Amino acid sequence: MQLFFQNLINALQWGSFYALIALGYSMVYGILMLFNFAHGDIFMVGAYIGFGVATGLTALAAMGALALPNWVILVLTILISMFLTSFVGMLVERIGYRPLREAPRASAAITGLMIGIILETGNLAILGAQRIRFPSLIKSTTYDLGGVFVTNKKIMIVVVSLVLMLALNEFIRRTRWGMAMRAMAFDYVVIPLMGVPLNTIASLTFALGSGLAAAAGILFAIAYPVLDPYIGIIYGWKAFVAAILGGRGSIKGACLAGFLLGFIEIFVGAYMPSTVRDLIAYSIILLILVFRPHGFFGEPHSAKLRL
Amino acid sequence: MLKVENLKVSYGNIKALHGIDFRIDSGEIVCIIGANGAGKSTTLRAISRLVKVEEGTRMTYDGKNLLDFPADQVVSELGITHVPEGRRLFGNLTVMENLKLATFARKDNDQIGKDLERMFGIFPRLKERENQKSGTLSGGEQQMLAIARAFMSGRKVMLLDEPSMGLAPLLMMNVFDALKEINQQEGTAIMLVEQNARLALQFSARGYVLENGNLVLEGKSADLLNDPEVQKAYLGG
Repeated sequence: MQLFFQNLINALQWGSFYALIALGYSMVYGILMLFNFAHGDIFMVGAYIGFGVATGLTALAAMGALALPNWVILVLTILISMFLTSFVGMLVERIGYRPLREAPRASAAITGLMIGIILETGNLAILGAQRIRFPSLIKSTTYDLGGVFVTNKKIMIVVVSLVLMLALNEFIRRTRWGMAMRAMAFDYVVIPLMGVPLNTIASLTFALGSGLAAAAGILFAIAYPVLDPYIGIIYGWKAFVAAILGGRGSIKGACLAGFLLGFIEIFVGAYMPSTVRDLIAYSIILLILVFRPHGFFGEPHSAKLRL
Repeated sequence: MLKVENLKVSYGNIKALHGIDFRIDSGEIVCIIGANGAGKSTTLRAISRLVKVEEGTRMTYDGKNLLDFPADQVVSELGITHVPEGRRLFGNLTVMENLKLATFARKDNDQIGKDLERMFGIFPRLKERENQKSGTLSGGEQQMLAIARAFMSGRKVMLLDEPSMGLAPLLMMNVFDALKEINQQEGTAIMLVEQNARLALQFSARGYVLENGNLVLEGKSADLLNDPEVQKAYLGG
């Protein structure tokens, strides 16, 4: 039983990473019918931007220029990095995808892969090959809850993720911008006929997704503080699977599927050798998709790409 | 006020419009009739800037060059709105949300409130179904919402693509009565594109006949109704 809860907590942590990244894939796919294959690398860029911001803020605090408690530095790091990374996302949309809006979808997918490689190798060129260490923003404390060990970091990661997911959900449900996004997911061709600037909504979608990926990147770096330019690939692909599993454009679906992925991985790993963990975990997911090809909340949707 | 000259549109190698001239005057109702594939919908899409027009095309609205405005600003800045073929409502949004989305770029909140009241006055059914998802409305209600939504987005010129499609005769009459009311009371000019030529000509003051991407006839709708050529080709003899 203790082992179960121990695994449960780990699953929630990994689920948080996957869910936050999956949201970006899902929103962009939902709204522009486009798989943004550079999104995993945005997660990586977000982690690195977080590294820069955290290093800067802690240096300022150490010099006494900024007398702030650690948790404020953490919150600031997350918010500033989300903000900065959202511009990276908007830039990717503007340069990479907007010119291809009318092009075959395969062109956009290839472009996405290329942008991903550029982000990885660009990082390598600028920062070099050595891995970097993310500054420790919070002191780790472990609580013993009747034999189940929980660190304050894990709790923080899950809580921050859930807060961001709820905030996104409220934004999409209650604001006129969110309403425009929902409408665009349904039928993006007629969006301009409502007087709504389609490009602005596309930018906004990329900004939101990239901001959440940056948050995931920082939370990931807090749990596993060694970064390299290729961390976006494997976690990006896994989160992409979560987005598909959740269903096209579904916020709820991406979150649930992200957590489900975390659960399957951790619990398969708990009983199987780590060498076959992903093989079995992703076979299970493939099996789910055989029975639910549109994912949990996706609908068979014949995309209306023309008027 | 809306003046189109030498409108040319191609889809790849296929020429859809070969350079047509027409106009919509303030507050009038005009129609374009023609067979399937004649280029009627393309004409409306060109005005709405949803399709690329070719070199040499001139479109002006109140002296402004329409080609300077992207699609969303044709609606939000110029007030030229478009009810597309098949209505294209956002079925996942409620009736109210569909109407509100259409006011996305508007800042005149007082007028928005008045316009909304006006639409609910003309289409009481929409008020009853305010919080219902628009995908669950009947065909007639959907057409009403599509018209109301267009009015909320831009009230000067309304381009309507096959509004009678799929509607039972009685509902069709309701919809056209409502359009007439909007036209007379709010001064909204209407350009109507219809395969149902008789209906369109009875409803409008002027008409154009479009054949294979060329305008072959134009005139007062009453005259077109009596034109032997038109009768033979479009009114069933």
